[in-house]
Amino acid sequence: MKIVIINYGAGNIQSIKFAVQRLGHEAILSNDPAEIKAADKVIFPGVGEASSAMKMLKETGLDEVIPQLKQPVLGICLGMQLMCNSSEEGNTKGLRIFDVDVHRFENNVKVPQIGWNQIADLKSDLFTGIKENEFIYLVHSYYAPLCKNTVATTQYGLKYATALQKDNFYGTQFHPEKSSKAGTQILKNFLEI
Amino acid sequence: MLTKRIVPCLDIKNGRTVKGVNFVDLRDAGDPVELAKIYADTGADELVFLDISATEEKRRTLLDLVMRVAAEVDIPFTVGGGISSVDDIDKLLHAGADKVSINSSAVKNPQLINDASSKFGSQCITVAIDAKQIDGDWFVHLVGGKVPTDINLFEWAQEVEARGAGEILFTSMDHDGTKDGFANEALEILSEMLNIPIIASGGAGNMQHFADTFIKGKSDAALAASVFHFKEIDIQDLKKELKKQGIAVRI
Repeated sequence: MKIVIINYGAGNIQSIKFAVQRLGHEAILSNDPAEIKAADKVIFPGVGEASSAMKMLKETGLDEVIPQLKQPVLGICLGMQLMCNSSEEGNTKGLRIFDVDVHRFENNVKVPQIGWNQIADLKSDLFTGIKENEFIYLVHSYYAPLCKNTVATTQYGLKYATALQKDNFYGTQFHPEKSSKAGTQILKNFLEI
Repeated sequence: MLTKRIVPCLDIKNGRTVKGVNFVDLRDAGDPVELAKIYADTGADELVFLDISATEEKRRTLLDLVMRVAAEVDIPFTVGGGISSVDDIDKLLHAGADKVSINSSAVKNPQLINDASSKFGSQCITVAIDAKQIDGDWFVHLVGGKVPTDINLFEWAQEVEARGAGEILFTSMDHDGTKDGFANEALEILSEMLNIPIIASGGAGNMQHFADTFIKGKSDAALAASVFHFKEIDIQDLKKELKKQGIAVRI
């Protein structure tokens, strides 16, 4: 299986590569459209700030490539947010895969949300073998509101979407690579889709 | 529900843990990776590695260690100690650290907080503050608490947040090593004053101290070293106790 982690200069992608390795696979880091299109599975990571991440995607033309992909694609954290219509962070236009606009948490909760929270209302093959209210690790200031693409929800000041899915596109706000055994299972599920 | 975090801290020198650990099931008590894996498997929510090596060469050893930890541990970890530039942070994050913790260098060069958080995002920039109470006021101390400053803890904490820190790791020098409990009064003020998470550090001696810092101190996370390393407190038992007291924890 050919797994490509999109390497566009954003954040800590080493951890995702290691997590894939722990599952017995090798992942290639690449920003080459041909290589990404030829992959069996594509992971779209992201740690950092939305507008500068989108700028880096545009420089490599990946903003055009990603929405056209036909194989399973998993956006993680900022990767998932960039797959939405837009983000309030840096007033960023997104890839418009998921039909939702990303907002900043209000100040009725601490921002960023850092730590282990729970996922519920699970409805995706991503969550095979995962029980309702399983703990996952999150670190983020912006969130996707509930929408028709929601496949997992989490409560933090309000109920929001912690996972999205549309056709072959998957997104998790949480970090499966940092979410202990449950995270490993979710990543494994993705690689087995 | 977002849970309170239990964070064991490992002191690292030349790529090895120091201050000793007492884990019977460890093959090599000095290997941080092995210890990190045990903590990850027994319920720690996050780990902090504090590097106390001084020289450049030893810092490279740290990068190797960070990569080994990232390869084998499936929970998040923070690396701190001796970080003084955006370039240092870049290297650590690229090696696989989830967050970095900056301390003295943030006081000497506060702009580092702005630069680092705008480049890497607030969520991975923790500012560690060591402080001590002198005549009723809390003052920031540097170099592991050895060098006093005239900077007020609460003013500095507000500035740190305004400059883009994602989290504060507050160590009370008055409580550190006492095993008498955390500095809950100061922690409560910090937690109410700021809108970023606060990690309590210094003073953990028993399970009730953790409960107290979450309830009275309103801390978001609690860090400790020796009580975990010497198995005085088992993390699973601790979390059961916290849950019994109505505190949200990941079990």
